[in-house]
This record gives sequence, C-alpha cells and structure tokens, in this order.
Amino acid sequence: MTLTQNAAIEASPHRNAGRPVRQARTASRRRLPLRELGPVATLAVLVLVFSLTSAQFLTAGNLKVVLESSAIPVVLVVGLSFILVQGSIDLSIEGVMAASSMLVSLLIANSVTGFDLGWWAILAGAGLGSAFGLVNGLVYTVLRLPSLIVTLATWFVGLGIATLLFPGRQPQILDERLTRLALDKSLGVSALVFLALAVAALGWVLQTYTQFGRMSYAIGRDEKATRQSGQHVRFHKILAFVLMGLISGVGGVMISAQLAVGNPAAGEGFLFPAVSAAVIGGTLLSGGTGGVLQSIIGVFILEVLRNGMIQLGVDPYLRHVAEGLTIIAALVVGNWSLRGRLRIVK
Amino acid sequence: MTPVLAATGIGKTYPGVRALHDVSVELRQHEVLGLIGQNGSGKSTLLKILSGMEQPTTGKIRLRGIDTVVRSPLAAASMGIGLVHQEQSLIPNLTVAENIFFDKPSPHRRFGIYNWKGLNREAARQLAKLECDIPPDIKVDALSFPDRQMVEFAKVLAIEELVDQPLVILFDEPTSLLSPSEVDDLFRQIRRLRTRASVVFVSHRMDEVLEISDRVHVMVNGENVAERTQDTTSHEELYHLMVGSRRSDDYYQESGRGPVEAIEPRLVVSGLTAPGRFRDVSLSVRPGEIVAVTGVAGSGAEPFCRAIFGAEDAVSGSVKVAGDELGSSAMPDAAIRAGIGYVPAERKLEGVIVGRTVLENIVLTFGPQMGRGGLVNRKKETAQALSWINRLKIKTPSPVEYVERLSGGNQQKVSLAKWLMSDRLQVLILDHPTRGLDPGAKADLFAVMRGLARQGLAIVFVSETLEETLGMADTVIVMRDGEVSARFEDLCLHKPRPEEIVEAMV
Repeated sequence: MTLTQNAAIEASPHRNAGRPVRQARTASRRRLPLRELGPVATLAVLVLVFSLTSAQFLTAGNLKVVLESSAIPVVLVVGLSFILVQGSIDLSIEGVMAASSMLVSLLIANSVTGFDLGWWAILAGAGLGSAFGLVNGLVYTVLRLPSLIVTLATWFVGLGIATLLFPGRQPQILDERLTRLALDKSLGVSALVFLALAVAALGWVLQTYTQFGRMSYAIGRDEKATRQSGQHVRFHKILAFVLMGLISGVGGVMISAQLAVGNPAAGEGFLFPAVSAAVIGGTLLSGGTGGVLQSIIGVFILEVLRNGMIQLGVDPYLRHVAEGLTIIAALVVGNWSLRGRLRIVK
Repeated sequence: MTPVLAATGIGKTYPGVRALHDVSVELRQHEVLGLIGQNGSGKSTLLKILSGMEQPTTGKIRLRGIDTVVRSPLAAASMGIGLVHQEQSLIPNLTVAENIFFDKPSPHRRFGIYNWKGLNREAARQLAKLECDIPPDIKVDALSFPDRQMVEFAKVLAIEELVDQPLVILFDEPTSLLSPSEVDDLFRQIRRLRTRASVVFVSHRMDEVLEISDRVHVMVNGENVAERTQDTTSHEELYHLMVGSRRSDDYYQESGRGPVEAIEPRLVVSGLTAPGRFRDVSLSVRPGEIVAVTGVAGSGAEPFCRAIFGAEDAVSGSVKVAGDELGSSAMPDAAIRAGIGYVPAERKLEGVIVGRTVLENIVLTFGPQMGRGGLVNRKKETAQALSWINRLKIKTPSPVEYVERLSGGNQQKVSLAKWLMSDRLQVLILDHPTRGLDPGAKADLFAVMRGLARQGLAIVFVSETLEETLGMADTVIVMRDGEVSARFEDLCLHKPRPEEIVEAMV
C-alpha cells in the first residue's frame, strides 16, 4: 500500500514545492539562535537600569572596579566551561585555589619561611592545581566515580592541604613582582585583567579550533556515540580536569596577588558564583551547550548586578536575595525555549 | 564474480541468548540486498557484526575475496563498510561538517587543530554528491529529520575518500521514522548509491524491502530461513516466511467493525487553530468509533492530535468531552481529568519511563487516585494493573521487570495500560501507535484497539501507513497544509479507494 502512496506523492507538484521551503527554514535558523542572545540582553538591561538609577554606575572608575572584580571569576569560568560542556562538574575549585595560594605564598619571598623562588613559586602553584586536576580526572574516568563526588572530596583535600601548610601566622608576600600584578595599572586596569582577557581568548580558541574543544561538546551531548566513533573520550575528560585544575591554580595565584598574604580561606566564595555564572550564560549543567563566551557573559551579569546594587546602597542581605532571584529570572528568560518540549510524565 | 562481502556461518551468543545461528549472507557488486525479520530476529545483530560493532562468536567474513576481521566501526570505515544507523548517530550540537568527518581522519584537522574553512568546503563537496545543499556550518540541531538523514548519508559516503574499492553500505531500519514521501527520497538516494556501492537494507516493512531490493533474506529467530529474488516473491510469501503463519485475511479485525451507533458524540473538537500548524480543524468522535487523522508530513495531523490532549498549544477553538468544555489551549492535566488518554509517538521519551518497572509504569498516572487522602492503595492498584497485563497480553517475564527490557510492542501496550487504569477514560488518542513495531505486534495492537472501541471508547489515531488507516478506521479525516481536505465516513459500508485519500493528501 505504501507503494502506491509513494508513487502518488512523487508525481505531485506539491512535494517539489515543499523542498525550497525546507531549505529556507534551515537557512533562517543559522548560527546564532535567539536563545543565545538572552543572556546578552539580560546584561544590557542590567547595565541600562543601573545607568539610569545610579549616577556613579556608568563612570570609568566604576567600570574598572567591575573589570577588576571580574578577573578571577572570568578565568575560573573559562576552565569550568569545558567541564560543564562535557556534562561533568568540578566542585574542587575553592580547595585547589586555597592550596595553591598557600603554596605560592610560602615559596615566594614571604614573612614566614625563608624561601624566595620568585616566578618558580607561581609555577609551583599552577603545577599543584594541575596535579589536583589530574587526580580528579583520573579518579573520575578510571575509577568511574561521578565527578560531583570526586571533586567534592578533593575540594576538602585541597582545603586540608592549605590548612596543613598554614604555618600558624599569616605569611605576608614580600615579592613585589607578584603583588604588583594586582596593583600596577596600565590603561587603568591591573595585569590580572589582561591575564583574564588572555585566558578568555585562549579558551575561545581552544573551544573553537581544537579537537579537545569540539570533542567536549560531543561528549556532553552523546558520550556513547562519541566513543563509538573512535574518539578518546577518557583522554578529553582528563584533559578538561587538568585544564580546570591549572586554572584553579592560576586563580589561587591571582587571589594571592590581590590579598598579598597566604590564606587558607583564599578560595572561599568562588565556586558557586562561577557555576551560576556559567549556567546563567547558557552553559547548562546538562552538558553540550554554551561555551566560554557565554559563561563570561554570565560572570558580567552577576558582577554588574552586585556592583549596581552596591552603588544604589542596597542592604547587603537584600542584595543576596536579589542575586538569587536574578539567577532564577535569568535562567527562565535565557532558557525559555528549552522548556518548550512536551513532558507528560516528568 | 566474487561477492563484495560474504559472511559464512555467522553465530553470535550473548550470555543466555543465542542471537544468531549459522547465518550466511552474500552481497554482490552493485546490488541491494534486503534483510527482513521481526524484531529480535537477529537482523540488527548481523549488521552490527558486519560493521564491526560486535564480534561474531563463530563464522568468518570475506571482504572482496579476502578473509577479514572487522574489529571496530572505525576499522570497518577504513575498509569501506559504512553503517547508516537506525537511531541516527549524529551529534546534534556539532555542525554538519564536524559530523560528517567525526569518525574519520581529515586533512583539515591536523594535530587536533581545526581548519574550519577546509572542513566546511570538503563537507559541502560530500553533500553535493547527494545533490543536497544543506549549509555545512550549521548545527545539526537546526535541521529537520530528513535533512539529518542526508547528513548521515553524506557521513557514510565520505568513506569513499578512504578506500579505492566500491563501498558496502548497511542500512539499519532507516525508514522507521520517515514519512512516505521521505521514504521515497531515501529510495532515490539508495538507487543512486548502488552505482558505486553495494547495499544491505534492513527493515521489517515488507513493501519497502520488496520495492528496493534485488534479493531478500528472511530471518527468523537468529537464523536465515529463506532467500528470494525480488521478482519471484510476494508480499504474502514474505509475511508467511517471517511470521511463520499465514497473514490472516482479517489483519485489522475488520469483521469487528460495524456501523457506529448514531448517538451523541463523546469528543467534539471545533475550529481548533494553531497558526502555522493547523487551522480550523473540527471533528467529532462517538463512543465506539475509531477516527483516523491522516496527511503527509507537515499536514498538521500530528500537532492537531497532540493539541486535543493539550500537549501542544492551540490559540482558538474548543475541545468538548461528553459535553464539557476543555478550552482551546488546555493543559494535559485538564484533558486527563476530562478522561482523554494520549499514547505518544515517542514511546521512550513520553510514553513510558525507562528504569521503572512495568507495574510502576502502569500505575503511574491513575494509581494514586485509587488511594485515599494522598495515600496509595497498593493492593488495589496492583490488582488492577495485573489484570490489564493479562487482558492486553503484555509479554513480560514479571510485572516488576524494567519496562525497557520489553519489546516495542509490549512497551506500547504498557503505555496503553497506563491510560486504561483510569475509571473515567472516555477518549484515547494514539499517535503513530505502531511505529517501530513488527507485523505480529501490530496485529496484536490492532486487536486491542478494536476491542477497546467495541467497549465504547472513542479513539482518535494518526497512523503509520494508509493501509492501517483504511483497515482500522470508521472515519478518516485527511489533512493538507493544516486544513481538513477530505472526510470519509462509515468505512465499513463503503471503503474509499487509497487513491482517493492520497489525492486529498497532496
């Protein structure tokens, strides 16, 4: 029966008329779906609202403050984006930052130990971070534990190491080459901002032009098919965790430069803003979507919001409430189209 | 002439299951070999072995006259064997070009660095082979299903660059999710392909296998029971070989179809409209009536049926069940309360919950209502669920078996049983209920549908083929471009000719 049906449809002019329509539709839905503009629009609205309500907000001085406070979160979300795109999570960021910050402040010229390794100390901090990442990646992929659990554990291992390293009194960092990264300004902003910019650019190149970046998307969307196509899924996963570890290490160095002391609590308060920024930007926890640039937009949404509310003199506790609500609002607006699917049972 | 591919004595045993036993297949130059069999007959396993996804327990494969071990899909590709998957293997969040070269080396991707320009150019060239102008740099997400199928082809055809010899292309039930006109497109491509490839085509739709294949192998229970050439066999013979019994003359239980009593309609839909999908569609269904809504892809038949249930929004019009107004853009819960049941086309996604047992799936929606004050009456709901398992003849080792372990037909019955648990079910909407089912399971489902109608249920369904539509329905509503283009009533008295319906469809 289908035979005659096919034959009849073949002969009809209607079917041939249908083709170009189909092509036109796919062509109109090209690279930039509207959904991805949601976060950008949110950011634009926030900037607009604060510019109108606060005279201070849109001044060069204040925008520099926003940039400075975004530097570390931007660096962190670049690494985190690859993890999330692959569909994993890394909770150990704060622990790794703390351990790396302590290590750097003890190996560089400081007020407690006699070491003075200079740049090597910074390298050691980044190296320690990468080592943490490697352990995360190996335990996750070889022992096949969920990344959530693995990195929850290494989070506390990191905090523990930082506390163990803590010599009893706070090491002041005396090597000015490190502290000047946060203090010396060129074009009005510190070297940390330029570092963040460089990391962001590197992350974007990595995501767009390398096998690692592209496979991260494939793994996040369909790991089984990716493996069946002969791709080294495990390798790319480990690589993502090493990258995240390295970046957390760099984050530890950056916070040491800002604080100019070694502090086991150095990483505190970086994890959740980083994860929420990524998600707000469109790098969803389910994997396969978003990316470095989207996550960075998310960072700016959160930073602008915080900064704007400070400008307006909003009560700090109320600020937390507003931040939480904004996260929900941004998610609802930014991902509205994803809800569209019919879910009868879920 | 040596066959391109010869598999002899292939056997495959999984723990506790013998999937294949002593199967021998020969594929000649530039021929299309059809492989048919019911679900579980081993045809997919055979394809997996030929494409390197599985290793045979016994037997050997000769490729172009040389003994060969196909170790992996990657190895298969390098030997010129490509598999077009039943469930598409594309990664939807990557671009078309990336997908085409996903599983093969490309000069435009060296040392892990992409040269997008080169990759896109090369992908466009591969797509051009199929006379297809899908832009290579858009994400597969944005493509329609048939377009994705073209990309899938291009992906397999790109193997050509890796080998000098003609290709072997294996199709694993490529048509199960396509509409008739898309199947037609597919066949056109297969006919083009055979000038430079040999093709194995697996399906359980006999019409299709007969149309496209030069020779047909019939598989039953992991064995190769018969080989026929296309011009010496018939639909009936293949059915007989496949199912083991002659296809009953009353496949659709048409003897159970009589004139529907002219009583007050149970479901009245009037002027339902959703811009861009369907406009001003009305229908009424009396108790005991089966109404088929049909049309080519894009005709709006499916969204219309989904909208009755509230699974899709409509902007205007009304849905009335037994006189009670539901509103035009009701949510599914209002429809459920009014007694509408909906068995979706995407079984795995919407119909059953995988990872849960048969029993849990059946009591999911209406079990809680048998309890009191928010507590579940486990005893009562279990008893009812068990009775439906018996009445629908759901084949499951036990009621607490995970639902995904059941065959497609039985999963579909579980999805049905879920609605039948409701004591006030009035209307049942079935969206492609036989999709992916083998002929035996289809016949079973038709019997169930007929039985339910006889008990006074009002049924609306969108069918897979015109044959089903004509066989099952009391009333046929044909849609074209979102509008009703024809209505045929009282099919038991005067059945329209298929041509009349097709005419209204296109």
